[in-house]
Amino acid sequence: MNAVIAGISYRALLGRRRIWLLVLLPVVLIGLAVLVRMISGGSERIAVDFMQKFALGTILPLLGLIAGTGVIAPEIDDGTIVHLLSKPISRPVVAQTKFLVASSVLALFAAVPTLVAAYLLVGFESGIAYGFAVGALAGGLAYAALFMLLGVLTRHAVTVGIAYALIWEGVVGNFVPGARRYSIQQWAQTVADQVSSSSFLSSDLTIGFAATALLLITAGAVLWAGQRLRTFSLTGDE
Amino acid sequence: MNIELAQVSRWYGNVVAVNDVTMTVAPGVTGLLGPNGAGKSTLLHMMAGFLAPSGGTVTLDGVKIWRNHEVYRSIGLVPEREAAYGFLTGWEFVLSSARLHRLSDPEGAARKAVATVEMETAAERRIETYSKGMRQRIKVAAALVHDPQVLLLDEPFNGMDPRQRMHLMDLVRAMGAAGKTILFSSHILEEVERVAQHIEVLVAGRHAATGDFREIRRRMTDRPHVFRVRSSDDRRLASALISDGSSSSVSLTQTGLEVQAVDFRRFTWLLPRVARDADVRIWQISPADEDLESVFSYLINRSS
Repeated sequence: MNAVIAGISYRALLGRRRIWLLVLLPVVLIGLAVLVRMISGGSERIAVDFMQKFALGTILPLLGLIAGTGVIAPEIDDGTIVHLLSKPISRPVVAQTKFLVASSVLALFAAVPTLVAAYLLVGFESGIAYGFAVGALAGGLAYAALFMLLGVLTRHAVTVGIAYALIWEGVVGNFVPGARRYSIQQWAQTVADQVSSSSFLSSDLTIGFAATALLLITAGAVLWAGQRLRTFSLTGDE
Repeated sequence: MNIELAQVSRWYGNVVAVNDVTMTVAPGVTGLLGPNGAGKSTLLHMMAGFLAPSGGTVTLDGVKIWRNHEVYRSIGLVPEREAAYGFLTGWEFVLSSARLHRLSDPEGAARKAVATVEMETAAERRIETYSKGMRQRIKVAAALVHDPQVLLLDEPFNGMDPRQRMHLMDLVRAMGAAGKTILFSSHILEEVERVAQHIEVLVAGRHAATGDFREIRRRMTDRPHVFRVRSSDDRRLASALISDGSSSSVSLTQTGLEVQAVDFRRFTWLLPRVARDADVRIWQISPADEDLESVFSYLINRSS
């Protein structure tokens, strides 16, 4: 962790237009939660369904994509990353710092609003709110790491990231039960299920599997990104 | 400190960008000269640790540069792309560089570096408001902040106005005189001539010439020159010219004579005399190959 790199990364991520996306998505989540609450009248089944599909299934991957790619991809694109990399700082430390920045942004803009949205729906009933907040945090860490890695690996990180979230997790994961084992969204849900006692929240996966998978993906992606940065190359004639 | 390149090549797929280059960049100012697309940036990126050589080795005093972040204690890099964190002020940018180097007095070092490039008055402004030349200078300040022994600059004078250019040239010269190892790339001979004591010429990825700038300059003027001449009687002038040894070929074309001069000085001295003696009036004389490309291609043909 390097404080100077973290400071620059926060300013790059939270300055400019990106902050409005980071603010807008949680506002939509909370706004819709209020609407659902007014229409459904506090039904626990509908609340759990909404949180699964919308909070964990839609908002979290989108925020993950914005924060995860946002901490590194624009700098690689315009070449400013050279300022950080031409310093006597190990490249894995640069990757770890960027990951921590993305994670903390997701804790603030994804996990906290998830807690608020679930609370507005069902209060603290059956630990649902805490469950989804912890699930969103765990999933957020994995998304941050994975999408940051994408940002280091390819110039088309956002496209690849959206394809992963929409096609793999959204479509394949919903129709092919076996694919659910390999989905951050499903792992996050399993964590939520573990914390919450609600009978409407159920998961096909064991918490042991989901927790291990989350840990492996997160740590693996951060390590890989660090190794990739060690061989970061500037191309010759642009 | 010396940067040593030993049989360095770099290729991208089937395209060879740098071909078997061996050179030593020693203390003092070295200019890396070559036309656009010659592989200057590729070579400089390998010296800066931002590109792996496909073959050969690039070392700094015997230490491998690629995948070695410790070299940046001794190297300062000014990349060509002008992008810098636009949301930072110039001061914040240079200070961040000092902090990333973990200097004992980052503020003091940053203040000194900003003063060196004369950017004090604009230091509190955001970089996105800077002109191209100001961005270049603040990047130089950020690269100088840890007082590196080696400074690598990629096309540093591009986009600068004449006064800024003069100032940076003075700065580079002074640092070279102070014993630092400085290498900068450029495609403009005059630029290199004014700053560098030592010139390395790169053409089409190959190391075409090396040496003192006077030596390079002499070789560039001594090459065969092609002139186009229009006169009142091309045929008579042609026969008069070919009888002297200073021209190796003379051809009659629709637009006049094309003369290949092998002895530049003798030819320029001879032409008016020959014309006068033959009673031929010269209307126009123009060099046909004075562009840098043909100068470079001459050098590469000679060296191979």
